[in-house]
Amino acid sequence: MVITVYGPGCARCYETERVVRNVLAELQHDADLQKVTDYQAMAAAGVMATPAVAVDGVIKLSGRIPKREEVRAWLA
Amino acid sequence: MFAVGLAAAAAWFLVYRSLAGLARWVTYGLAGLAPGTRLASALEFFVYEAPKVLMLLVVVVFGVGIVRSFFTPERTRLVLAGRRESAGNVLAALLGTVTPFCSCSAVPLFIGFVTAGVPLGVTFSFLVSAPMVNEVALVLLLGLLGWKVAALYFVTGLLIAIFAGWTIGRLRLERHVEPWVYQMRGAAATDDDARLTRDDRARAGTDAVRDIVGKVWPWVLAGIAVGAAIHGYVPEQFMAGIMGRGAWWSVPLAVAMGIPMYSNAAGIVPVVQALLGKGAALGTVLAFMMAVIALSLPEIIILRKVLRPPLIATFVGVVGTGILLVGYLFNAIL
Repeated sequence: MVITVYGPGCARCYETERVVRNVLAELQHDADLQKVTDYQAMAAAGVMATPAVAVDGVIKLSGRIPKREEVRAWLA
Repeated sequence: MFAVGLAAAAAWFLVYRSLAGLARWVTYGLAGLAPGTRLASALEFFVYEAPKVLMLLVVVVFGVGIVRSFFTPERTRLVLAGRRESAGNVLAALLGTVTPFCSCSAVPLFIGFVTAGVPLGVTFSFLVSAPMVNEVALVLLLGLLGWKVAALYFVTGLLIAIFAGWTIGRLRLERHVEPWVYQMRGAAATDDDARLTRDDRARAGTDAVRDIVGKVWPWVLAGIAVGAAIHGYVPEQFMAGIMGRGAWWSVPLAVAMGIPMYSNAAGIVPVVQALLGKGAALGTVLAFMMAVIALSLPEIIILRKVLRPPLIATFVGVVGTGILLVGYLFNAIL
């Protein structure tokens, strides 16, 4: 499983990455966490509002920080 | 859920109504200051305005958070794609006021719009209105300067966004967009907000309060503190000579000073209010405020990733001109 966090480096983007990382650690999940800061790559993935999170290439959320429960639900 | 909401609304209203009395009590009772002194005037201003503005902010941001859960950037793009100019500019400026937007996502949003067939000028109408006409600015104007000024700001902000986008569209500047943008094919984005329940939308409201009010409250307090100091210590009519109606050069100067400055509406409106009270002209201070919020150096630097310098210069020039006209117009008619 690959989780991608899209964000050019704003505070909300770091927060998003932190939430996902914490949930992964808590569940001891072995998903691969990637961070994409390049605008071209973001646009290619169809992201229009940051932060955004994709799981295995499917965008799950954009424009806000995910809740821990949401991240848990994606991983299940 | 409903009963809790009703009780909260009643409590809010009661506290809000008693703020003026509370501020008097704190200033003259608790602090024991003599009426008419500078310190008393500054303190009463702060103790009254700070909770008032924060309380208004909570209510409006909650409401706007709910409204915004109906308008995702994806849906806005769908509405604007393939629109003709003119009508498209008007629609884009209006949607810019309700679509969630943060200047850090200006670039992905820009790419998403133009690759989906939203005309360049229509995209710019959105990009001008989204940061400039927002709920935080309107609440602060409403709370500190009254509904007339707030309405004036709302309408002229929209007009500038429409005019700027339309002009950029007419100038045919597509060649000054970085070429790789048009070579991209936007992937299909998911619409994850399609099936929200009523509870989800209420949560969107409380999330917005936590997110936005949580972020701007220090700015509000700092702005009101500066405003309070100006209110208490700067002599009446002090600003009349510098930012008054008679000084023709004050509007361009205010715009030129506002562009590189970066603050948000929460920090700038209390200062604007205090300047007005000291004889500054409304058109001049509105122009200053618009320039600070709508044109900021960080956003210009971010947009450089997708726009070439001639297009950036045109964008700043056209929006700046619009703001200038608004400033002169208000100084002339009010």
